[in-house]
Amino acid sequence: MRIVVDVELCTGCETCVSSCPYDAIVMKDDKAFINEYCQLCRACLEVCPEGAIKETGTAAAVEDSAERDSYRGVWVFAEQRDGRVADVALELLGAGRRLADARGTGLSAVLFGAGGPEAEKLVHWGADRVYHAEDPIFERFNDEPYVELLSRLIREHRPEIVLTGATPIGRSFFPRVAARVRTGLTADCTSLEIDPETGNLLQVRPAFGGNIMATILCPARRPQMATVRPRVMKRGEYDEARTGEILKISAEGISSRTTVTETVKEVSETMVNLQEADVIVAGGRGLGRPEGFEMLEELAGLLGGAVGASRAAVDEEWIPYSHQVGQTGKTVCPKIYIACGISGAVQHLVGMQSSDIIIAINKNPDAPIFDVANYAIVGDVYEVVPAIIKRLKEVKGG
Amino acid sequence: MNYFLTEEQQMLRDLTSQIAEEKIVPVRAELDEKEEFPHEIMKVLAQSDIFGIFIPEEYGGLGMGSFELCLAVEELSKACLGVSTTYAANALGTYPILLFGSEEQKRKYLPDIAAGKRLVAFALTEANAGSDAAGVQTTATKDGDHYILNGTKQWITNGGEADIYTVIAMTDRSKGPRGASAFIVEKGTPGFSFGKKEKKMGIRASVTSELIFDNCRIPRENLLGREGMGFIVAMKTLDQSRVGVGAQGLGVAQGAIDEAIKFAKQRVQFGKPIISFQAIQHMLADMATQVEASRALVYAVARHIDSGAKDFSKVSAMAKVFATDTAMRVTTDAVQVMGGSGYMREYPVEKMMRDAKILQIYEGTNQIQRNVIGQALIKEAAGRENDS
Amino acid sequence: MKIVVCIKQVPDTAEVRINPETNTLIRDGVPSIINPYDLHAIEAGLHLKESLGGSVTVLTMGPPQAEGALREAVSIGADEAVLLTDRAFAGSDTLATAYTLSSAVRTMGFDIILCGKQAIDGDTAQVGPEMAEFLDIPHVAYVGKFEDISREGLRVRRLMEDGYDIVETPIPVLLTVVRELNQPRLPSLKGKMRAKKAEIKKLSLADIGADGERVGLAGSPTQVKNIFAPEARKDRKTLAGTPEEQAARLIEELRGLKCI
Repeated sequence: MRIVVDVELCTGCETCVSSCPYDAIVMKDDKAFINEYCQLCRACLEVCPEGAIKETGTAAAVEDSAERDSYRGVWVFAEQRDGRVADVALELLGAGRRLADARGTGLSAVLFGAGGPEAEKLVHWGADRVYHAEDPIFERFNDEPYVELLSRLIREHRPEIVLTGATPIGRSFFPRVAARVRTGLTADCTSLEIDPETGNLLQVRPAFGGNIMATILCPARRPQMATVRPRVMKRGEYDEARTGEILKISAEGISSRTTVTETVKEVSETMVNLQEADVIVAGGRGLGRPEGFEMLEELAGLLGGAVGASRAAVDEEWIPYSHQVGQTGKTVCPKIYIACGISGAVQHLVGMQSSDIIIAINKNPDAPIFDVANYAIVGDVYEVVPAIIKRLKEVKGG
Repeated sequence: MNYFLTEEQQMLRDLTSQIAEEKIVPVRAELDEKEEFPHEIMKVLAQSDIFGIFIPEEYGGLGMGSFELCLAVEELSKACLGVSTTYAANALGTYPILLFGSEEQKRKYLPDIAAGKRLVAFALTEANAGSDAAGVQTTATKDGDHYILNGTKQWITNGGEADIYTVIAMTDRSKGPRGASAFIVEKGTPGFSFGKKEKKMGIRASVTSELIFDNCRIPRENLLGREGMGFIVAMKTLDQSRVGVGAQGLGVAQGAIDEAIKFAKQRVQFGKPIISFQAIQHMLADMATQVEASRALVYAVARHIDSGAKDFSKVSAMAKVFATDTAMRVTTDAVQVMGGSGYMREYPVEKMMRDAKILQIYEGTNQIQRNVIGQALIKEAAGRENDS
Repeated sequence: MKIVVCIKQVPDTAEVRINPETNTLIRDGVPSIINPYDLHAIEAGLHLKESLGGSVTVLTMGPPQAEGALREAVSIGADEAVLLTDRAFAGSDTLATAYTLSSAVRTMGFDIILCGKQAIDGDTAQVGPEMAEFLDIPHVAYVGKFEDISREGLRVRRLMEDGYDIVETPIPVLLTVVRELNQPRLPSLKGKMRAKKAEIKKLSLADIGADGERVGLAGSPTQVKNIFAPEARKDRKTLAGTPEEQAARLIEELRGLKCI
């Protein structure tokens, strides 16, 4: 339920402004505008001589299923930085294609900024349609223009599912969009499926500090919005021959109260190393002390890998945050992941469980890390890791 | 054991314990290794009002007493004796102002000390004046409205880092001990400089330096009390602070026991955690018993001082001797319980053992403390004979 | 400058475990703490107050026991504490929570609102930006540094995936902050004493003039369908023996797979 002003009908007479007991109506560009002070008291409905103020069932008000079901289509908001579409968008097109097929509907991408070739790329990666707004305001990321334009598009085209990457950009502006269209948003999803019975989106995410997984639904409102972590979905098929519709969108009348004056690239070496390493040797609370990481470094060095850590080890300040793997750190998928003294909270698992081979070394045979491990070694890290180092040296030496 | 702490005392203990755990434990080994002064920790203590504990409320402090100071020192000492020495030496340097300062001096210095903005040091010891405090050779010569200081103090805790120094110097050498006076000297006064920084066995996060006075002119209003009161100032100050050294012993010993127990539960030999062996249990039992006895004595003496007692030299000496001899024994035994691991710098107990040694030496060696106790016993016996 | 810091009392999630048989959370004996990111928000609030003057008010929504978190914030240095508590708020998802908090903040008045980047029990990072939307003020997420502070506006460093942006924003504004921003101070003794006696202002649904349909369960579009523990891997091999034997077997396996 929401009260809105039909700007086509509004003459700007200001009669409604004083009728509102909550000061929720203000004049914007000579038209009445109902802001968030609105308490839905309906006092303004009768006073408008033009009948421009209406009670509407926009997103938040979808209480009957017919209204809800009028939302169709799956959207992927394709994030770009420096004019290049982010990898996570391609992954989401893969997931989105699956969801759209399950719902028997189309897949659209939304791209703000970047050039025409990037919009085409989205088609090749699976989008049937691309809403593309090329405007200088999107050159650098500011929340408000993104929020304003995406909300407009959602209100106009009424998609049933809208996805984006759980990146700093997605996690910053998507909540505002959800608040504006008054719908639910599920953060950091690791799996998305359509419930075959209800057609609802089943959104799986780690919850409670990542100790468990939860399936989240948004049954009554549309669109169903979700952010998805990079590197958890599989990309779709790239097809140069695939064609689609590219719709140019105007960003007219959009402004931002914040300004980005400078963009600085500052990728720490460990971050790059972690995400590109074929082997990661990671340590957790079970190491017991910061010196344990020296031993892990030696092992990582022998295997040509990098050193990672669980949140517990970072919280203990044994190793800098840039090494953190997990929900609040980096998502990695190396060929070999060796977890040393990491118990395996889901918070950590979501960041590394797509690794090809997982080796877990832990004293506690019931540690959850063993549930995702290919190789389980129950033992003291301070005995096992030196033994591995010694053995590796022998093997290499021989 | 329940020592019936008030709610405020409990808060103080919780807060200092939190500071110790979160801010001191993670850096103590590094501070020790690098012999680095704990500037950051001093800032945290200042921000948390810990410097104001024993300073009256009218001077910006919390108006608490010796007992509360002991609680704080105990908690800090559990984590690092080097840090707690820095903190306790500040209190030692402040007592002369608190006990003998004029209203004006108190108003000038105490608020900054309570806020932790300015650190204090106490300067009595010299090359020829250690246990024999009467051997002080630094002189203060009156010159109109000023005194001119000359001489060298040695082994001064917080030397160089402190902003305010309470210094004992001879105003009249012909009078012997009665010719000594106490002065406040601020860092930056012309003629006042710092000599070599000592390299120590333990408490290496604390700084120990020489103070050099070379025709250092200080205004007459920096005299504490009257001329000739210098030794009284020093002795009363030491009486007051001694129990705090006991609290240091208590803290470091408790810290060592905690580490030893943690280790003994984890360390497996002959298929069992070593804590299941009676040999280890008995050692731990003796250690814990001695520490609890120290705690009971230190707390009782601190509360006795706070009750307004006039003469407490004997009992504060007892608290210092007992708690610090215990600390030496207990930290040594903690290393023994942990065996080879205990001896390695990877674990904190070897540092605790090195640190603990100073407690038997500074602020009056434990031999001198026994003299104090012995003399008091003789005096008390004489009193009883006179009574009868 | 009226600075409002939104905090949340959370279970120390490092201590939370799941019972694999019942799929329920084991929360017995898990201590409640101030969400760690919110400690950085409180520190930021105190820092801004020290630069710009004004006051710092901490606000939380939760059951009456959340008062503990507010008192702790007062002991750290907050001037005032407000607890939003009403049975009607129960079951709020992020949208309903953000709506409720924004309604409260609007009645309290504000210039700068600070939130931790996210709460460790939910990790959604949504409430801050959603509040800003409901209040119709700009927000900057992931603030890792204050570059410039003035009464007119702030210049901040916003941490991004591959570096940072310098963002200028007018006041009023809402910021969500990350660990890199500062080192939270510990409580002070005087603060602890003050916190013990401090008055905690309590606000209910009626006090904040919010729409009852938009708070609590009724106002929450998302629902938790079920929770479950992650599935175990079926092809797991356990390498037994002495550490030396375990090491030898592991390396044999990896060589077999041509991994080394």
